[in-house]
Order: sequence, then C-alpha cells, then structure tokens
Amino acid sequence: MKIIEVENLRSRYNGIPVLDDITFSVSGGDYIGLVGPNGSGKTTLIKNILGILRPESGQIRLFGQYLSEFQEWFRVGYLPQRLSSLNPGFPSTVEEIVALGLIAKRRRPGSSGDAHRDAVEKALHLLNISDIRKKKIGELSGGQQQRVLIARAIINEPDLIVLDEPAAALDPETREQFYAMLTHFNRQKNATIILVTHDIGSIGQYANKLLLVDRRIVFYGSFADFCSSSHMTDLFGIHSQHVICHRHEF
Amino acid sequence: MGFVDYLQYGFIQRALISGVFIALLCSILGVLIVLRRLSLIGDGLAHVTFGSVALGLALRIYPLYVTLPIVLVSSIGILKMTERARMMGDAAIGVVSSIGIAGGVILASLAGGFNVDLFSYLFGNILAISREETILSVILSVIVLGVILFYYNEILSITFDEEFARVSGIRTDRINKILVILTAVTVVLTMNVVGIMLISALLILPAVTAFQLARGFRSSLVIAALSAVLSVILGIFISIALNLPTGATIVLTNFFFFALAFLTRIGKDRARVKLHQQVGR
Repeated sequence: MKIIEVENLRSRYNGIPVLDDITFSVSGGDYIGLVGPNGSGKTTLIKNILGILRPESGQIRLFGQYLSEFQEWFRVGYLPQRLSSLNPGFPSTVEEIVALGLIAKRRRPGSSGDAHRDAVEKALHLLNISDIRKKKIGELSGGQQQRVLIARAIINEPDLIVLDEPAAALDPETREQFYAMLTHFNRQKNATIILVTHDIGSIGQYANKLLLVDRRIVFYGSFADFCSSSHMTDLFGIHSQHVICHRHEF
Repeated sequence: MGFVDYLQYGFIQRALISGVFIALLCSILGVLIVLRRLSLIGDGLAHVTFGSVALGLALRIYPLYVTLPIVLVSSIGILKMTERARMMGDAAIGVVSSIGIAGGVILASLAGGFNVDLFSYLFGNILAISREETILSVILSVIVLGVILFYYNEILSITFDEEFARVSGIRTDRINKILVILTAVTVVLTMNVVGIMLISALLILPAVTAFQLARGFRSSLVIAALSAVLSVILGIFISIALNLPTGATIVLTNFFFFALAFLTRIGKDRARVKLHQQVGR
C-alpha cells in the first residue's frame, strides 16, 4: 500500500519558490533518509506532506486519502525541527507534554483514560525518561528535551513517523539507542519512516531508500544505487564516497 | 464597620461577584496568552476599547454595545495581520493599539474634549457596577470558561507547539480565532473592573505569578486563578478600608502576590543549591 503519494508538488515559502515538480511515492515499511543541502526544501517538503504548509499546486495523498479529507492523524508521528523555539518557561511537565501526542487518538470512540495512561508509561519507558517525568521541559538538557518530543511523536505507535533532524541534540549513545528504536518500529511494526538528516554517513546504515532533494528530486532510490551513482561523487567527492559507502554492506 | 457588614450592601455584593468571575476569566486566559507570547494583546485591545468607548459616548449609545463588536473585529484583525501580512504578533498588536488610541482621541476631541464619563472608563469603578452588568459579566465569564474547558487539550497543544498540534488533526486556525475572540470579550468585561488602563495587568500578573511556583500546566491555571480571585477580593476590601481607587488597588494586590511567589521561588532555588552542595561534600 502507498503511504504517501506526491504528484507535481510546487511550493513557496514566504513567496520564494522552494520546491518544484516533486513527484514520488512511499510504500508501507519504507525507511527513507531525506537529504539535501541547506535550503534545499527538505523541511518544506515534509511540512507540505503533513499539511502544515499549503502547496502552490500539486496533489498529496496520505494512506490513499487526499490531505484535505485525511482524518486519521493518530497514524502519523511527527518530530519538528526547531528545538530552540521551545519556550523554556513553559510550565508543563514531561508527562504532560508526552501525553499531548494522544490528542489525535482521544477523539476516537472507545479510547479510554486507562489506555492513555498506559501509552504515556510505555513511551516514557521506551525513551528512558521515566525518572524525569515530573520535571518541567525548561529544566531539561537539549538531549532530554529531544527525547521528550520523540516520545510524544511515537506515543500512538504510528504507521508513519516523520522526523526532522532528530539526532542533532542527542549524545552518541542516545543516538544509537534512538536509531535502534526506529529500526525496531520499522522492522517489527512495519512503520514507515521518513528521516530528514544531514548525517548521510549514518543514515545509510538504517534507511533502505534515499531521497535527495535540491528544490527538485535529484535522486530517489536505494542507498546502494546512490553510492554507485554520479550524484554521490558530484556531491561529496571520491574520497567521501569511499568513507561513506565502504561502511555499508550492500 | 466590619468587613462582614459591608457584604450587606448590594454594590459590594455586585463588585465581589463580577470581580471574582472576571478574575477567574482573566487569569486562565492570561496563562494562555502569556505562554503564546501575546502578553500585550490585552493592552492593544484595551486601547481599541478606549476608542470605541469614546465613539459610544459621542453617539450617546451605551458604550458596551459599541465596544464589544469593535474589539471583536480588532482582535480578528490582529490575527489576520499575523497570518497574512507577514507581521509578528507584537507589531500587529501595536498597529491595532495605535489606531484605537488615535481614533479615541479624535472622537473625544470632536465630542468636546475628555469628560468625566471617559475618565471613569479609563480607570474603572467596580463599586459602581450595575445589576445588569454583573449578570452579563457572570454569563459571559461562564461561556468563556466553558469554551476554554471544552477545548482544553487542543488549546494546550497549540500553546506548546502549533505545528505539532496541526499534525494531531487540530484545526489550529479555528482555535486561534476562538482564543482571540475570548480575549476580546474578556478585555471588554474587564474594563469595568480595573479600567482600560490596567486591563493587561489583570491578564498578565496572575499568569506570571503562577509560573514562579507551578509544576505543570494544570497547576499553573489553578495558581493563577487563586491569586487573581484573592487579589480582587482583598483589593476591594483594602480599597474601601483605605479609601483608595479600587482598580489600582486590585492590580497592586496582584503584584504583591507576584512578589511573594517570586521570593518563594528564589528561596526554594537557594535551598536546593545548598542541599546539593551539602550532599556533594
């Protein structure tokens, strides 16, 4: 089943053209690394896919439904990019913020308070933040804040997880745990993952596809194909190609 | 005469009832607007209130009937300017605010200068609130609080992270519109309690008091509501006892609670640091 279908997408941000002629689709269980230089339109693309920005033209379907008709938001988990925009004086505790992820599910008939409490417990445990559950978000380090927001994104065990540079604030150990958790969601629960990253070296270890954008789609395919393509050497040079690609077994 | 004796008077009863409801309203809405970094929206809309009261007085129409629709339209104007005119919230508030003041000054001048009526709206007089105004305050407060309770989760989500709220399926544009409309209604109601000049104090002070002590969003709403209600009750009685202007006394009582909360938090922080140092040794 197609989870995401994008056709002829064109988008502007503050009046400036950012994306043009974007057409691609994502199948269930895909793990996609979305890469590109700064200002290439990665964040604009996912904001269009999730309905945060309206495209200038083109069609987007989520789980087979046009975005304007899509209601099953509990199937989507999202981690926004801008950690720095968090208000440090916000009075909410970690568990209050994690529970915000349940809002999409609360509206469904048959959802119960007990199930919500269990879901919060599970998400806190999964991200190893149970011990800081009563702390205010402003009292946490950048890495802890990021784990809280990841817990909020995955609390509904979504079928589609979209993360915008999630590993930037994480220390190496937590980053490894985080990637392992995403791999678990992808392989065990068949969750589809789109991960925006600059860390092209690491993403190849986990993602099965690479989507390279620079206002248009430059490359979309497997990491192995990317490594053997001219795009790799054009973008990173022969030396980097060797460093990045030799670490992976294809 | 003791404070209990004062309660026999109708004007004190009306002041307490309307004051308590409006304090509840301002404190809860204040938490939301301060967290959304729109603290001065109260001030901006208050300036529009000034202009529309002047218009009401000039046209000899009961000012509330003129003020409510004009302030409602202005609040939507602020929202639209931030959404469509690529303007930051504070700039949009500034534009609407200055138009309100300028319009008020021109209308007051055309109507023969500032008169006693206009000054009474500028500084408010809760002790002169009528029976009808009290009933209207209670009804509108209950409606506004009911709407906030109904949309509690949606409002919390948008206040914390609007983008994420949208991906949760929340109609953020609709909730934003509801919030500014509620703020407009609150500003108009508060005009009678503390006057146009001090409306924003009643929105901001209980919220910042709560943020000194609260651990959790819900507890910040409770603390803000408690400090606001206590400030209104104490402010009314202190102003009577010391023969002071009631609105200004309510605002200063609110500030007293803020100072108390601030010092309590500083004391707690110091005690925590001391404890850490002792454990470290």
